[in-house]
Amino acid sequence: MMKILLSVLLFASTSAWAADSSAPKLDIGKGGQCVEDTQWMRKNHMHLLKHQRDETLRKGIRDEKVSLKNCIECHASTKDDSVIARDDSFCVGCHRYEAVKVDCFECHSGTRKSAWLQQRNAK
Amino acid sequence: MSEIDTQRRNFLKTSVGAAAVAIAPGIMLFDIAHGKPEGASSKVRWGMLIDTAQCKTGCNECVTACNKENGLSGGTAATDSQWIRKIEIKDISNGRELSLPMMCQHCEHPPCVDVCPTNASMKRADGIVLVDKHRCIGCRYCMMACPYKARSFVHEPLHDQNPDVPRGKGTVESCTLCVHRVDEGRQPACVESCPNKAILFGDLNDANSEIAVKVRAVASVQIRADLHLNPGVRYQGI
Amino acid sequence: MSYTSPYELKSPLYYLLIALALLVLCGGLLAVHEMESQGHIITGMNNQVVWGMPHVFAIFLIVAASGVLNVSSIGSVFNKPDYKARSPLAGLLSIAMLGGGLMVLMLDLGRPDRIIVAATNYNPTSVFAWNIVLYSGMFATVFVYLWTMMERRMYPWSKAAGLAVFVWRFVLTTGTGLIFAFLVARQAYASAILPPMFIILSFAWGFAVFYLAQSAIYAWNGKTLEAHVQKRMSRLMGVFVIGALYLVATYHLTNLYFARQTAFEHFILLDGGVYPQLFWLGYIVIGNLLPLLLIFHPSLGKTKSVVGASLAIILGAFALLYVFIIGGQAFPLDIFPGFETSSAFGDGVIASYRPSVFEVLLGLGSLAAAFLITAIGIRVLNFVPREVPQKVEHH
Repeated sequence: MMKILLSVLLFASTSAWAADSSAPKLDIGKGGQCVEDTQWMRKNHMHLLKHQRDETLRKGIRDEKVSLKNCIECHASTKDDSVIARDDSFCVGCHRYEAVKVDCFECHSGTRKSAWLQQRNAK
Repeated sequence: MSEIDTQRRNFLKTSVGAAAVAIAPGIMLFDIAHGKPEGASSKVRWGMLIDTAQCKTGCNECVTACNKENGLSGGTAATDSQWIRKIEIKDISNGRELSLPMMCQHCEHPPCVDVCPTNASMKRADGIVLVDKHRCIGCRYCMMACPYKARSFVHEPLHDQNPDVPRGKGTVESCTLCVHRVDEGRQPACVESCPNKAILFGDLNDANSEIAVKVRAVASVQIRADLHLNPGVRYQGI
Repeated sequence: MSYTSPYELKSPLYYLLIALALLVLCGGLLAVHEMESQGHIITGMNNQVVWGMPHVFAIFLIVAASGVLNVSSIGSVFNKPDYKARSPLAGLLSIAMLGGGLMVLMLDLGRPDRIIVAATNYNPTSVFAWNIVLYSGMFATVFVYLWTMMERRMYPWSKAAGLAVFVWRFVLTTGTGLIFAFLVARQAYASAILPPMFIILSFAWGFAVFYLAQSAIYAWNGKTLEAHVQKRMSRLMGVFVIGALYLVATYHLTNLYFARQTAFEHFILLDGGVYPQLFWLGYIVIGNLLPLLLIFHPSLGKTKSVVGASLAIILGAFALLYVFIIGGQAFPLDIFPGFETSSAFGDGVIASYRPSVFEVLLGLGSLAAAFLITAIGIRVLNFVPREVPQKVEHH
């Protein structure tokens, strides 16, 4: 029930958003499209992520194309390598605008893996 | 039933894959480097054989490597996470002393999985026991149930986690057998780091693997074998 | 049935207590907020003692919630009119304590925000998961039972509902005992005697809580309990205390008989510092000897001394649970039987645990919640025990 309600709300807000000029300006990092088009992703990325997390963790199916790590690899800012560090970061910018709490990054790193490894090895 | 079907399908897939190894090693290597889309297979049972004769008192390399790999602080307060620890043991009857690493034993019948109310504690098809932190509510019943004290609870908010190893406040965690490395065809960090090669990692189900051959050849024990949990980690020389 | 005197809770003490309980509840919620934002680091709990003070409060409340229904069962199932008159109050107390106990269990979770996960992913082998069903079922059965007692048209169903409650609470306390009984890892637990032990403990603790609540209500209304009812209830309470003591003794004596358990018993009964002290002084002296004296001594046994006995039983309950839950975890795991062990992760040493103020606030908050539900319940609905009229004729 909650899910349906949330989806309806999200749908309503995203469709309104398509034409909204006050939409947040995001730092999309390298950007590009590898899964679906932007509008589809805005609406459905959470379902992909939620499905994929169970596949990966519980069954060991690591489909790179839809892995959170891979999303971050392209969408992290080219300036600070993060999708959450600033107000206009790829994930944060939008989620703030929509007032939807994003729970992923309490556990997951919001930093591009290549950059994170570089930092760690420099230590 | 559907699970068996899936397993059968996976088996067929892997057989085809095995044939591919012979024909096109290049293609196979590409698959490994990009993770395994077919997932964990129940044909495999990942395990370890630890040779206590090679494990030195005072050596902490495996612990340090684990901490670095998984982004643990390395602190040893009662509230700090420790996925692997060195235990010094001394036989009370004759004073014989040993040093060995202790971590999640990746049981075939894990008590943590039995007691978890939300199925967050789970065992992968290939025998790796994990905590699904998406589901963990932090009740800590698994920590009460584990006979090896293998689990830690994250007592504080965490920042800057390893992108390969998500961890977070309020959930329980333990050794993952470096599942992110194993799925890439690599060895767990502790295994790689041991200067004396005291830890042997591999597929216990593959009769020709180094670990299976050695388990057949030398005497080894499971810790708390009396509980019949059939751990995937075995010890030699206790 | 004619209502003789209207039960108005006019006493200023009543309102003072309500205000105080609200304050304590707020303290509990504040503690939850802090634990949520800073993590369990601000509690005394750690990787060895994973359940602490909140669980002592929770298990007391849940066990007592089941035991208090004994009063209902004696009335409905065994047809004793004195107790039947008290069934509604017992039902209310049960719901209140179960609510308080579940509140503290839930709020102590590492991720209480995900409690919905517990409902959407169900592991049938988990005793915790069974308990989720048992707790919700208990609420439901007690609600139905109260309904059959308070709604005239439902009276004929009252006996059946009472029987359902009777069965359900046995299963529920068995479930509480099984949380520990099925743990092979720790020496304090893994014993089949725990479920029956918890059931008998629940009789004593539930009865003590009931007696206290009843005495308070009577005092606020300027009433006194009829002598024969008072005597019967206090004697029964004494019998329950003795029964519970017998099972606790059996638990320790069986452990003492098994060589592999003697080190643990040595720790918990003799040289474990605070734990043996709490066991002997808290549970044995205050929780058993004192109440038995207050109840059975020929010159005592009146309402005041039985109120004292009830309080002592409850204090003893907390002492016993602290020893059982926290002392049981503080003793190191026997990972290598026959070996001395040491490590940086507390292997082979007694774990230290000091409850933090936040844990205590959370626990007290749950008591306050249970008190508020009861106090408001008796104010708005007809829960107050009324002696059955024909009882007087018999007298």
